[in-house]
Amino acid sequence: MAIPLKSRVSTPRLRDNKIDGVKYNRSSSKRNNFEMFAWLGMRVSGVLLIVLIFGHLFVNLMVGDGIKAIDFGFVGGKWANPFWQVWDLLLLWLAMLHGTNGIRVIIDDYAEKDSVRAWLKIILFLASAFVLLVGTLTIFTFEPCPAGASPDLLASFCSAR
Amino acid sequence: MAEYEIPEAESVKLFEGMGGDGADSIPTYNVTVRVRRYNPEFDKEAYWQDYELEMYRTDRVLDALHKIKWELDGSVSFRRSCAHGVCGSDAMRINGRNRLACKTLLKDLDMSKPITVEPIKGLPCEKDLIVDMEPFFQAYREIMPFFINDSNEPERERLQSAEDRERFDDTTKCILCAACTSSCPVFWTDGQYFGPSAIVNAHRFIFDSRDDAGDLRLEILNDKEGVWRCRTTFNCTEACPRGIQITKAIAEVKQAILQRSL
Repeated sequence: MAIPLKSRVSTPRLRDNKIDGVKYNRSSSKRNNFEMFAWLGMRVSGVLLIVLIFGHLFVNLMVGDGIKAIDFGFVGGKWANPFWQVWDLLLLWLAMLHGTNGIRVIIDDYAEKDSVRAWLKIILFLASAFVLLVGTLTIFTFEPCPAGASPDLLASFCSAR
Repeated sequence: MAEYEIPEAESVKLFEGMGGDGADSIPTYNVTVRVRRYNPEFDKEAYWQDYELEMYRTDRVLDALHKIKWELDGSVSFRRSCAHGVCGSDAMRINGRNRLACKTLLKDLDMSKPITVEPIKGLPCEKDLIVDMEPFFQAYREIMPFFINDSNEPERERLQSAEDRERFDDTTKCILCAACTSSCPVFWTDGQYFGPSAIVNAHRFIFDSRDDAGDLRLEILNDKEGVWRCRTTFNCTEACPRGIQITKAIAEVKQAILQRSL
């Protein structure tokens, strides 16, 4: 094929059309694979999330004593196991990325001004980054019986109590 | 030479209401057509104007518009050329749906209520039902809607199997009326999305075995405003007056981009 793939096709444009000084024809193109991977990521993470979410619900609500077993100790016990740490970490990251990208797409679709779009996205990305950071920190640093805590604040199964 | 007896015309039996004399007996209906009017020289905002018409139920919306323009109000403006669903000039929003006025029969609409006629959305209105199609055609030009082949010119036509022809048969039907693109909510927001029509016309060449620039067209549509902005709402498929499976065509282009990238 003789035509270079990445060549920018210059499109004949009759004129830049404006209403009240605002251009309404298409701007120049921005070509990279980001939108493709975002689209693919939504589908892949969606499938994984179905497994992760229903696995989470099944283990928490139906196995053993079921819903009655859930308390502080139950969560503490789960996060003592690296398997559930990884499971919950995947759940957190995939759900947050999936949801954030979904809202990013909605902002792109419905915000009409570039400035509004940019601000909404900045707020969105900051909020998502905060939740991801706090969530990840919690999963890995969760300590059900912190040393040096007041004994009457500790859970019943802690040895210091 | 044998003599032929010419049968008398009277022997043709006409049903009641048929033929030249029976036209009076065809029932007519009083229809209100509510047209979205806008004249940039005088109006700040578009407004609705009602026209009372006496129409046959077999008339089309375009006939109603003709009657308004020719008999009631010559200032009503709209595009139409062939008036038979081929040129794609008279796409408009009729009762809230994008259709061709020349292919929409009054009997298929609710004639007891006013029939609303608006310009298609997402493109700037120039006057009444006429919009500026330039952004639409700009996207169309960008996908290079012409045959590209680098090999030597053959002595005869380039042959293609029936199966290869079938792959893009559906997307050859586009008449560029913009009913699909202007029904797309993603296009309404800021008009930056390529739009279903441009993707359909790219599909027509991408899946043509004789064309060599499919890769280039996929590259063009792998854009921030390309196929990935399609949310599969199916508005375009429902709006298309030619019945093209547009959302399916867009999905096929997405698959093709994925296959060449991964």
